[in-house]
Amino acid sequence: MLIRHGGDLTENDVTPRDVYLRRRDFMSGLIGGGLALAGGATAGAEAATGLKGIASPYSTKETPTGRADITGYNNFYEFGLDKEDPARNAGSLKASPWTVKIDGHCNKPGTYDIGDFLRGNPLQQRIYRLRCVEGWSMVIPWLGVPLADLLKKYEPTSKAKFVAFETLYRPSEMPGQRRAVLDWPYREGLRIDEAMHPLTIMAVGLYGESLPNQNGAPMRLVVPWKYGFKSIKSVVRISFVEKQPRTAWNDSAPQEYGFYSNVNPTVDHPRWSQASERRIGEFRRRETLMFNGYGGQVAGLYSGMDLKKNF
Amino acid sequence: MDRRALDRLVYGLVWLACFAPLLWLAWRGFNNDLGANPIDKLIRELGVWGLRLLIVGLAITPLARILKQPRLIRFRRTVGLFAFAYVLLHLTNYVVTDQWFDWAAIGKDILKRPFITVGMAAFVLLVPLAVTSTNWALRKLGPVRWRKLHRLTYLIVPLGVIHYLMLVKADHQPPLIYGAIVALLLGWRMWEATRKRINRPARG
Repeated sequence: MLIRHGGDLTENDVTPRDVYLRRRDFMSGLIGGGLALAGGATAGAEAATGLKGIASPYSTKETPTGRADITGYNNFYEFGLDKEDPARNAGSLKASPWTVKIDGHCNKPGTYDIGDFLRGNPLQQRIYRLRCVEGWSMVIPWLGVPLADLLKKYEPTSKAKFVAFETLYRPSEMPGQRRAVLDWPYREGLRIDEAMHPLTIMAVGLYGESLPNQNGAPMRLVVPWKYGFKSIKSVVRISFVEKQPRTAWNDSAPQEYGFYSNVNPTVDHPRWSQASERRIGEFRRRETLMFNGYGGQVAGLYSGMDLKKNF
Repeated sequence: MDRRALDRLVYGLVWLACFAPLLWLAWRGFNNDLGANPIDKLIRELGVWGLRLLIVGLAITPLARILKQPRLIRFRRTVGLFAFAYVLLHLTNYVVTDQWFDWAAIGKDILKRPFITVGMAAFVLLVPLAVTSTNWALRKLGPVRWRKLHRLTYLIVPLGVIHYLMLVKADHQPPLIYGAIVALLLGWRMWEATRKRINRPARG
């Protein structure tokens, strides 16, 4: 199949030398004062506003979708099935305190406070395209940390072939979980090389603020070359596993939602075309790009694989 | 109030009730209140209202019989034509605002996406019913043939429900509720027909 190379990186996207040389200052500054979210999780996630992130060469130059749309049009079934439900209902979620359980094939399993989990990693701004499997897309200015930097600390062993993720299960705060629309808790998974890819981030904020609950507070995965449902929200568990883990939508309809779920305009969803998408805020549909336009960076992960079979 | 004025008032209210969802949608559209993806929202809302009115239309005859209010039947045409209008707007929005006259993509959708095939079939079958809704057409066809033709609704409404059921991602509850109502309404008709057939020879 045709794999289009070349994302939107140019010579100009390389971090300027002076910024690069000052990176340690930035990091120490961040750790010293600015890491309100990570360090001061006790202060409550909503207090951690005014986040800043280092600009990243992985960011797109496209105009970000408006904040109101990003925070008002969400698929987060834990808070209801309509796109407007999460913004309405997610206020009940207590995103702080928050712990994440790390288990499976690694040398340092345990349950960690989110502050400890994130500590020592400067935030980056990643402006990414997000393509929903339903045929719409956005451009979102995330703030986050490369997942690889977070995971390496736990020293995954050679048996860690996949990484499995779980969303919080707390029906008292997540009213959508009181109905078995999906087999709760929401589960997702990546192959270890996908998880460690530099484009994959754990996001803790957007538009210069900590994540609103409806966007997956306090932290959610962002895998920009895959359909949005792979980017699991409100993560409480990360497991290093040997076998391909089960995932929520694949459990629900295996013939429709594959484990990989890479954005691919040539492989239609069984019920609708994936050739085009509507960018939120635009009128005319636009063509969907292979790997959501990130083929230059990620196509190599799948060389030799039949992407029609491994959809 | 004399009988005629009351009739007109009731008719006006029915008409308004059928028109209200469209007015409400237009109002929300005008005020930019259809959410981040207004085209998708509009198509869905129009489709759901079309289906709802089709079901209301299907419920009128049983209600008229059960409540012994034969005059209810006169609302059937209004409700049916409104249902057609919503379905037509639903389809128009898909062709125009969603696909922007991309006939190749639309053709592929109709052939390759079963839920669109089914929806399209339901629409095509609905057209002759709308066209023959005038008094003139009723006279021209004669009541027997007209009634036979309009029994197509017994096929169209289930197709509409299936169209809805097939496009739902995870929560099948709403289309299944519509399906249960339709099954009830069609079941009543079958029961009625059987009862009549049994009663007829007894009478003769």
